[in-house]
Amino acid sequence: MIALKLAYKNLVGAGLRTLLIVFVLSLAYVLIIYMNGLYQGWDRQARIETIAWEVAEGQYWQTEYDPYDAMTLTDAHAPVPAELEASVSEGKAVPILITQATIYPEGRMMGALLKGIDTRQKLLSIPTDLLDPDSDEITAIVGTRLAKAAGLEIGDKLLIRWRDVNGTFDATDLKIAEIFKTAVPAVDQGQVWIPLSTLQEITGMSGEASLVVVDKSPGEGTSISGWEFKGHDFLFKALEEMIKSKTVGGSVFYLIILALALLAIFDTQVLSIFRRQREIGTYIAMGMTRKQVVGIFTVEGGMHAILAVVLGALYGFPLLLWTTKTGIKMPEGTDDFGMAAAEHMYPYYSLALIIGTIILVMIATTIVSYMPSRKISKMNPNDAIRGKII
Amino acid sequence: MKNGSIITIESLIKSFPIGGGEFTALNGINLTFAKGEFSGIVGPSGSGKTTLLNILGSLDSPTKGHTNVLGTASDQMNPRVSAMLRKKHIGFIFQTYNLMPVYTVFENVEFPLLLLKTPAAERKKAVLEALEWVGISDKVKSKPPQLSGGESQRVAIARAMVKKPDLVLADEPTANLDAENSHHILQTMENLNKELQTTFVFATHDEKVIGYLRRIITLEDGKVVSDKNIKK
Repeated sequence: MIALKLAYKNLVGAGLRTLLIVFVLSLAYVLIIYMNGLYQGWDRQARIETIAWEVAEGQYWQTEYDPYDAMTLTDAHAPVPAELEASVSEGKAVPILITQATIYPEGRMMGALLKGIDTRQKLLSIPTDLLDPDSDEITAIVGTRLAKAAGLEIGDKLLIRWRDVNGTFDATDLKIAEIFKTAVPAVDQGQVWIPLSTLQEITGMSGEASLVVVDKSPGEGTSISGWEFKGHDFLFKALEEMIKSKTVGGSVFYLIILALALLAIFDTQVLSIFRRQREIGTYIAMGMTRKQVVGIFTVEGGMHAILAVVLGALYGFPLLLWTTKTGIKMPEGTDDFGMAAAEHMYPYYSLALIIGTIILVMIATTIVSYMPSRKISKMNPNDAIRGKII
Repeated sequence: MKNGSIITIESLIKSFPIGGGEFTALNGINLTFAKGEFSGIVGPSGSGKTTLLNILGSLDSPTKGHTNVLGTASDQMNPRVSAMLRKKHIGFIFQTYNLMPVYTVFENVEFPLLLLKTPAAERKKAVLEALEWVGISDKVKSKPPQLSGGESQRVAIARAMVKKPDLVLADEPTANLDAENSHHILQTMENLNKELQTTFVFATHDEKVIGYLRRIITLEDGKVVSDKNIKK
């Protein structure tokens, strides 16, 4: 208690110097929380969007299916397993058939994935109800990214060529029924969605699918003969790794701010110990042990971190709260990198992030305060009392 | 410890390494101090006065010889024991006052009691009493930079006396004061010595201080050259 009381009084007595250090340290708090909150918000938002648009609660993959190897698509199809048929008919599972295709927008040639999906499905946010399986022409929906890349508009005809189950090429015109906007590039870039029954018919893969999206996870690694379940842990691995690498990059920025604040504290502590030799000697003369005096100076340095929490909360709380309401506008083209990213990023500041940051800064500050304070334990109190230590 | 004495010093030698050699600051000192003494160690600069005072205050330890201060022998001393001795039984008064600049007068005087974990009500009573002894009750809320030299030293005396120690060690307490303030300070300390039976040991070469002492120990080149009791 004495150490806290003395430390508080000494900091208040130091006036502007304390205020400056505390301000820089509070900046470190706010920036660390803001940057990490942004990444956490991005992660959270990307998960929510990806679940809504692409993966739901998981996917059964036909064992040959590998989204990163287009060559596997030729063989990555099989009849929807009997175990999932009931779920499919109840709308709790959505089979998707995928095949390679080539589209010819405005006379150009582009590779694409032709995806067949049940038009009645409600599990994913893809507006499949705009597809008409009974129409004379094949209706298709595409995302804004593909529409932009291929110069497509609603009502346009798009020539598409594909190979059927026997490897025979066929081609026809699709009618673009809708262009949908999504934050998930994986259901947009280079993807053309048509009714499942139509794709099964034109490829000769009747009743087959490449993957089945489900509304309930049976548990990671569960398999049905010829199909393997992929849960969130697996499906979000790439996303998490990308966010982790972004977080590490962002850390450099706030570590610089933190280092500046810690350097200021270290400098102040060194200066204090030289400037306050008489005070140190007097503490010892009045019956404090050197360890206790080291404790006072360490607490004093560490208390910068406590005051910085208070100051940081004063301006940081409303600022961070504002960012969660208004979001941060993402630069044009951010989502073209292949990560789910909405136009606005809404930071998410978890309690663990806030408490973790406070603990991290406090520990760092206390260590930095302790290091120069150790010098006190080697001081000769007689010289200190007279201010004779150089 | 000899009968009636609170400090015993036997064959004390204190030397410091200087360059490649050694400087002997105290050389074969034998002294005893009784309870309630108002004594002074006098002598020119470099005679060893402050070194002796520091050893009495357990801020330093003998190179050779033996001391016993308030029942604690020098061979029993370790940082914790010596800190405890100072905290409970010894008050210090310094030439440069050594008040904490960010604390008020009240808080400066209160500090030794905080270390002793004295309850708040007792602390307040003792601090106000100590400030009254030194006649500075009207400056309770002032801070050291707002005080004159004489006022600062009176606060320092109050701080040394507030815990009613057995021994007060005063190192050149009047060196930075004018004659009027010096006399006022010395009268205050003399009164406290008589009233509380506190033992005072001064290190000084100030004639004004010497005039108040009832025992004068003269040091020269680290040796006691005279030890006189003065009848007052």
